Amino acid sequence: MAEMKDYEGQSPAWCPGCGNFPLLKTFKQVFLELGIEPHEFMVVSGIGQAGKLPHYTKCNTFNGLHGRTLPVATAIRLANHKLPVIAVAGDGDCYGEGGNHLVHAIRRNVNVKLFVHDNQVYALTKGQASPTTGQGVVTKSQPFGVFPEPLNPIALAISLHCTFVARGFVGDADFLKDLMKEALQYKGFALLDILQPCVTYNKVNTYKWYKERVYRVGPEHDPTDRIAAFKLALEFGDKIPTGVIYKCERPIYEEKFPPIAEKPLVEQEFKFEEALKELQAFY
Amino acid sequence: MDYTIKIGGEAGQGLQTIGGMLGKLFSRSGFHVFTHQDYMSRIRGGHNFYQVRIADFPITSSRSALNILIALNRNTIELHKGELGKDGVIIYDAETIKQKYEEGNFLDVPFRKISLEKSHTLVMENTVAVGAVLGMLGMKTGLAEKLLAETFQKKGQEVIEQNIAALKAGYEHAQKECLNCGFKVPEPAPVPEKLMLIDGVSALALGALLSGLKFYSAYPMTPSTGILLYLAGKAARHGLVVEQAEDEIAAINMAIGASFAGVRAATGTSGGGYALMVEGLSLAGMTETPIVIFFGQRPGPATGFPTRTEQGDLLNACFSSHGEFPRIVFAPGTPEEAVYLTNKAFDLTEKYQVPAFVLFDTYLGDSEWTLPGIDAAKLKYIDYRLKGEALQNTTGYKRHAYTETGVTPLAVPGLSKNLVVTDSDEHDEEGHIVEDAETRVKMVEKRLLKKLPQIAAEIEPPKLYGNHAAEIVLAGWGSTFGVMKACVDNLKDRYNITMMHFSELTPFPLREKFDYVKVLENAKIAICVENNATRQFARLLKMETGFNFTGHINKFDGRPFLLDPFIKEVEERVSALVALSEGV
Repeated sequence: MAEMKDYEGQSPAWCPGCGNFPLLKTFKQVFLELGIEPHEFMVVSGIGQAGKLPHYTKCNTFNGLHGRTLPVATAIRLANHKLPVIAVAGDGDCYGEGGNHLVHAIRRNVNVKLFVHDNQVYALTKGQASPTTGQGVVTKSQPFGVFPEPLNPIALAISLHCTFVARGFVGDADFLKDLMKEALQYKGFALLDILQPCVTYNKVNTYKWYKERVYRVGPEHDPTDRIAAFKLALEFGDKIPTGVIYKCERPIYEEKFPPIAEKPLVEQEFKFEEALKELQAFY
Repeated sequence: MDYTIKIGGEAGQGLQTIGGMLGKLFSRSGFHVFTHQDYMSRIRGGHNFYQVRIADFPITSSRSALNILIALNRNTIELHKGELGKDGVIIYDAETIKQKYEEGNFLDVPFRKISLEKSHTLVMENTVAVGAVLGMLGMKTGLAEKLLAETFQKKGQEVIEQNIAALKAGYEHAQKECLNCGFKVPEPAPVPEKLMLIDGVSALALGALLSGLKFYSAYPMTPSTGILLYLAGKAARHGLVVEQAEDEIAAINMAIGASFAGVRAATGTSGGGYALMVEGLSLAGMTETPIVIFFGQRPGPATGFPTRTEQGDLLNACFSSHGEFPRIVFAPGTPEEAVYLTNKAFDLTEKYQVPAFVLFDTYLGDSEWTLPGIDAAKLKYIDYRLKGEALQNTTGYKRHAYTETGVTPLAVPGLSKNLVVTDSDEHDEEGHIVEDAETRVKMVEKRLLKKLPQIAAEIEPPKLYGNHAAEIVLAGWGSTFGVMKACVDNLKDRYNITMMHFSELTPFPLREKFDYVKVLENAKIAICVENNATRQFARLLKMETGFNFTGHINKFDGRPFLLDPFIKEVEERVSALVALSEGV
């Protein structure tokens, strides 16, 4: 049985007070409590402060390129669907650079768990607007204020029939832990958008700002009701719902793909003699 | 015997059906076949052609003079009648194209009428055309009947019989009506030589399958799409995951992900798609993840000529990247070499954990060649990955541990207690992000400097066709192999001429194995032949060896070199260079 120290990684290079610290702590607790040992799962991450997370715990890791977490994560599942795969990305990483991959990963419904550290700002590059930055926010690269409509990842995911869509907040770590666990245990692609203040570059969406708005969704919300979920997804302002916003049941790609229906690709031996038979078609 | 048959018409009229069937028939008869195609980037209409050359000796290129032109529309006659050789005959259906030609070298074959008679549909016009060609050549129809039975097996006996009837009717019509057909095809041997007929794209895909490929991800793009389609068609039988990605960025990242997870993986694209992949290429370089990239060149820049051919991406494949890491670039000259070099690419990418390219172009991709077969004994499969018991017994594994060779055993994640960690950032031996100078230097030495000489030692020197002390050397790379070889065959009685063909390009071949530079230096005339405008290979060779070619033949109209005009151009260039060297 693993202990907390078995999940200790490198010393984080995040700013003191960064919203990533409680997220990391919760992440490690989740795997410890679920009894998934470091060698038994894979984290795929991108670039940004979020992308560093796997180095700060212990796990199999592919820390790839900015925005490209989901294609890598998808393929790892297709090659070895016995391995739980968690994709960790930031809002710039996943909703900006990797937006196209997000859309298609949800469509494919590979059993990947996507945890997005959403701090509504580009932090690693020091404070530019991200796709979730609010309209009108002034930054050094948007001196007249952000003009585009913010991306609504929750509504986007619901529109794509994402099997599990939830929002958490690092200021409510107990609830975040429950959401992470539920996402990991739910069958299908899961998007968990995690609100996580950037204490250095986001002077708008601070701990205080979130705490005044964030609330837990109560039992009156039925996450299997897609229309209700969509309505809830549109709520982001004076009140911000956290919890499971939407879930549905869809077959996962790994189980519906005939060549790997029986066993993972990585366990299938190469049969040279069988391949050689293909030469006959050219005579 | 050396005949060329061209089938011309609109996209969708069935040129490929006729061309494909003729190629297979001649190949099965034991004759040598070479086909190439020219088509527009559209699904219906326009003008396309399919050219089939047959001979009773090995052939490696297309000729320009036609013996038979099958015109499925009037436009074909207008565009190509000038290419007819002196015994050439045009066959067409006067009813379909609404014009009757009275000249002696036209043969009206009622494709439409016969198809309607035999099947009450128009779908057998192509079979009638095939029958007519066999009739013109005076060949027997037995093999064609057998091929029709194979082709339409799933459609049932009635369809097979109707096709055979249509074939025979076309055959008899041509036998009776073609008064100007003076073709003489030698009687095939009772047991014809067993020849394989295969195009470049199929050879690449087959090469991958024979090398243990398990995962292929790509976004469709001419001329690489055929690889995706072939492998998708084999996925169920051979246990492959073939995924059509949302874009080329995803395609290469998926292949890298699958490879990291423990299976042999590849992607394929053309120049425009490759531009999107370069970021991922660098990721494979940094994370030392094996990957094969099939790179099918077509004329650019940008969308260029989507369906035509060019060798315009050599330097792109050899040098594109941010940052420095080793890579392997192969450019096969024939479908046969496409199989073997694909196999070598899969072997080396896993042995050294560096990305490997197989560079081809539309011409090689689409051309069909006959060859004696593929030698299974020449194909290598060594699983270099650390897995099974060896991995179970490993403790303290570090994905990027420093080693004598720079190559760290490639462990499969999730199969043992060992963690497998890698990072696109500079990393330490375990794979964790670092920023210190000392580790950086050690890592560059490991993944780049230590590996490079070992990979270079695996590279084969160029092949010579002809003697080592030639006065004239024709040098080239990739798909120009066939036309250069045929040119040397044609000119060798008059000149002391040799071909030098390069198919392993990065790392550039060392002179230790064979001093090819000396051969070039000793020649009076060394001409570099390339299907591009900027002499990319000549520049690469100069950079690597310091040698300057004395002459260049470059073609960049989007079309391949055809044998006859190519010979003429070589002769002209040789005469000019001789005159120059003699001070005339």
